[in-house]
Amino acid sequence: MKISDLASMEQFTCLQEKYEDIEIEAGYTSDLLSDVMGNAAENSVLITIQAHKNTVAVSSLAGVAAIIICNNRIAPEDMLAASAEEGIAVFQTSENQFKTSALVARHLDGRAAE
Amino acid sequence: MSPEENRQPLQSSLRVQELLYGLRISEVMTNKVFAVSKNCTMRDVRVIMRNNEISGVPVVDSKRVVGIVTMNDLMNALEEGRLDDCVVSWMSGEVQTLAEDMPLSFAISAFGKFSFRQFPVVNKANELTGILTFRNINHALIRELSRQLREMEQQNENPPEPDSLQFTKVYQLARYDFENGGKASSAIKKFLKLRRVPPKLVRRVAVAGYELEINLVAHSIGGMLSFDINDERVKISSHDRGPGIENVDDALTEGFSTANEWIRSQGFGAGMGLPNVKRVSDEFAIESAVGMGTMVQAVIYLTQEKDDENK
Repeated sequence: MKISDLASMEQFTCLQEKYEDIEIEAGYTSDLLSDVMGNAAENSVLITIQAHKNTVAVSSLAGVAAIIICNNRIAPEDMLAASAEEGIAVFQTSENQFKTSALVARHLDGRAAE
Repeated sequence: MSPEENRQPLQSSLRVQELLYGLRISEVMTNKVFAVSKNCTMRDVRVIMRNNEISGVPVVDSKRVVGIVTMNDLMNALEEGRLDDCVVSWMSGEVQTLAEDMPLSFAISAFGKFSFRQFPVVNKANELTGILTFRNINHALIRELSRQLREMEQQNENPPEPDSLQFTKVYQLARYDFENGGKASSAIKKFLKLRRVPPKLVRRVAVAGYELEINLVAHSIGGMLSFDINDERVKISSHDRGPGIENVDDALTEGFSTANEWIRSQGFGAGMGLPNVKRVSDEFAIESAVGMGTMVQAVIYLTQEKDDENK
């Protein structure tokens, strides 16, 4: 599944579209950034409710390619600016982390969330 | 970052500071100690202070520090005409000592926290081995400055190659400055990627650097983070000025956290910071003293990939 595939899903609104459309290899769901830092895989999508700039910093350092903000949380401007600078896609959804994780896992073509 | 940036005056001073903070108290203290036993009189103390131009004398019992007599105590005894009193009557019994193997940064915190002009230094057996004054620290600073200047001169004569992995950088971090927390690690990650260091190693450096950076921002009153890189390894050191960790073993346990609600709201405080640093490091060391600070050092070798894929 490519990042653009997420953009085409009706559940997701793309808030930041300056990204390289790479193949997403895994997903990781967490709201604790050290947990993300330690465990999220390279080229993964992060599913979280943490909508702030620190999430982008952690994603960039961990190699996360896209972030999905759940529960319609508002992504602040500085978060979107930072993600544009780092080339990390940011999506928003009204669904919670559980439903979003299940949806993403189904689309990972057999590569369930690790 | 260019070599020119690396040699900027401000950055150079930070490098000196980092070097200074890397010193141990035992390397800086005065080893020649004038101490008195509990049976000595204030008159004995006066002779020692006058002959040796010192402003305080520790009182020892079987080499253990049990008190300290300062110039003030001596003046008070002199004023009351009681120089023949035993030192025990005039000494301060509650003495703040420093351990000789502590980083000098802890001593600097202690000078800031207490109004003492000197600290007795003790070994692991709690025996008096030295005295540390601000003068000692000033001398160490001058010595390190000279060494740093010599290094800078040599660096100017032999500027590093553009793709060289020789690099040293020190970052200052302030308490709760989440705005800037992460910038240092990002810069180092880019530096290593540009030099085609394998992605797994880059990630390990990024994880260790970022966790230490966030620890300084979220859990300390501020401090510094340094990266010392060469062809062989990346050495990351963090020094803070307090508050120190009560139980280091707890702090290294995944999930243990003392973070407040605000820190948690920022996405931190999962109790995984130090465990993450330790996990990704080939060498890991931590020292902490309550009220004085914490020093962490993480080394990641660049010469070979670790066998452990989980790192």
